[in-house]
Amino acid sequence: MDFKRKKPRRRVGRLLQLLVVLGLVAVAAVLWLTRPQPLAPETLAGLEDDPARGELVFWAAGCASCHSAEGAEGEDRLVLAGGRRFVSDFGTFVAPNISPDPTHGIGNWSLQDFANAVLRGVSPGSQHYYPAFPYASYQRMEPQDLVDLYAYFTTLPPSNRPNEAHDVNFPFNIRAGVGVWKYLFMDEAWTVEGDLTAEETRGRYLVEALAHCGECHTPRSAMGALDRNRWFAGAPNPLGEGRIPNISPALLRWSEEDLVAYFTYGLTPDFDSAGGTMAEVIHGLAQLPESDRAAIAAYLQKVEPVQ
Amino acid sequence: MRLLHCITLGSALFAASVAIAQEAAPEQDPAVIARKSQFRLFAHHLGTMGNMARGTTEYDAELAAAAARNLSLVASQDQATFWPSGTDTESIEGTRALPVIWDNMDEFASRLENLRTAASRMEDVAGTDLASLQGRMKEVSDACGACHRDFRQPE
Repeated sequence: MDFKRKKPRRRVGRLLQLLVVLGLVAVAAVLWLTRPQPLAPETLAGLEDDPARGELVFWAAGCASCHSAEGAEGEDRLVLAGGRRFVSDFGTFVAPNISPDPTHGIGNWSLQDFANAVLRGVSPGSQHYYPAFPYASYQRMEPQDLVDLYAYFTTLPPSNRPNEAHDVNFPFNIRAGVGVWKYLFMDEAWTVEGDLTAEETRGRYLVEALAHCGECHTPRSAMGALDRNRWFAGAPNPLGEGRIPNISPALLRWSEEDLVAYFTYGLTPDFDSAGGTMAEVIHGLAQLPESDRAAIAAYLQKVEPVQ
Repeated sequence: MRLLHCITLGSALFAASVAIAQEAAPEQDPAVIARKSQFRLFAHHLGTMGNMARGTTEYDAELAAAAARNLSLVASQDQATFWPSGTDTESIEGTRALPVIWDNMDEFASRLENLRTAASRMEDVAGTDLASLQGRMKEVSDACGACHRDFRQPE
C-alpha cells in the first residue's frame, strides 16, 4: 500500500522540478533575447568626423529641445545641462546632463559609448535607457551623422548640474523590462515605403530618423508602442492637456510652400504661430538648409492619409 | 393639414431652441474675448507682411509700413485688463492660456516686451524695401513663438 501512495508523489516532485528548470530556462532565454545590445564597433570604423556637419545633425535631431534647461534661449540652448521633467503615464523622466562635463555630463564617453546610447538605447554601464529617449527613431541614423554629431557635442559648453533619478512607477522601473519593450516594438524599418524621389528619401530620413516627429504625432498603444498603421494621425499631448495634431494628408492640407514657411518662421498659412513643443522643434528646423525643410515638406505629402 | 402645421411648428421651435442653446453655450469672459481679438489683430497685420515676405502677394511699401505700424500699436496696448486671474485653462473653457502665465507674470511681461521691440524694429524698415522686411520677419515670428512655446496649450 505504501509504495502505491509514494509513487505519484514522486511523479509530482519530478514534474515540479521539470517545471522549475523549464521556467528558469525561459527566464534566461528572455533575458538573453532582450539583453542590451551595443553597436558592432566596425560600424563606425574609418569614419572621419566633421563637427560643422554635426551641428546640422544636432538641430535636425532636436537634442536641445529636451536636454537644454527649461526656457533656455539663444546660446543657452547649447548648454545640454538636462533637468527638464517629462511627466508621463509611466512616471516622471528627468532629462540627463549630456554636456561634455566629465563628471556630470558625458565628457568621458567614447564614440562607441555615444553610439550605443543614441543608436541602441544602451548606457556605458550596459543598461537599457527608457524610450523617452527617442533611440527607436535614432536607430536609423547614418553612422556618419552619428560620428559628426559626437564631434559637435565635444565642442559644446560643459555644465556641472548633477543628474537626478527618474521617478518611474512599478513595473516600468525594472530596466530589464525595457529590453522586452525593445524586442517587441523596436523596428528598424521605414514607415513610408515605396518609390520615393531623392528629395522625399532625404525627407524621410530627416523625419523618421532624426527629427523623430512620429514620437509625438503618432498614437501609441497602452504599452507605449507607436501604432505605425496610424502614422501621423495625431495623439494626446504626452506632456499635458491638449492634443498633438494629425499631420497626415487627411487633415493637413498645406502646400509644400506653406510647410517650408512654417518650418522657417513657425507661422501657419493663417499667420497663427506654432506653440508648445512644436516651437522648440521649429527653432531647430529653422537652422537647417532650406533644401532640408523642403525635403521634409515633400515627404509629408507621401504619408498615407489617416483620419 | 393640421398635422403638417404641427410638424412645421414643432421643427421650427426645435430649430430655434437649438440656435439659442448654441448662442448661449460659449459664454465667455469679456477679457478672454478682448485678448483673443488682440491676437487676431496680430495675425492679421503679420499676415499682410508675411504674405509679401513669402511672395504670395506683391510688396507694397505703403501697406507694409501700415501693417508694421498697426502691429506695433496693437502690441503696445497695456495688458492689465486682459489677463484677470481665474481665466486660465484649468479654470475656464474656451481659452488656451496656461496657468503658468500667472505663476510667471514677470517672464510673461518680458516676452511681450520682446515682441514690442521686434515690432518696432520691423516698423523701422517695413516700408523701405522687400529685402529689409524679409530680414526682420524672423525676429517677429520668433517673438510670437517664444511666448506660445511656454504659455499656450496645444489645441
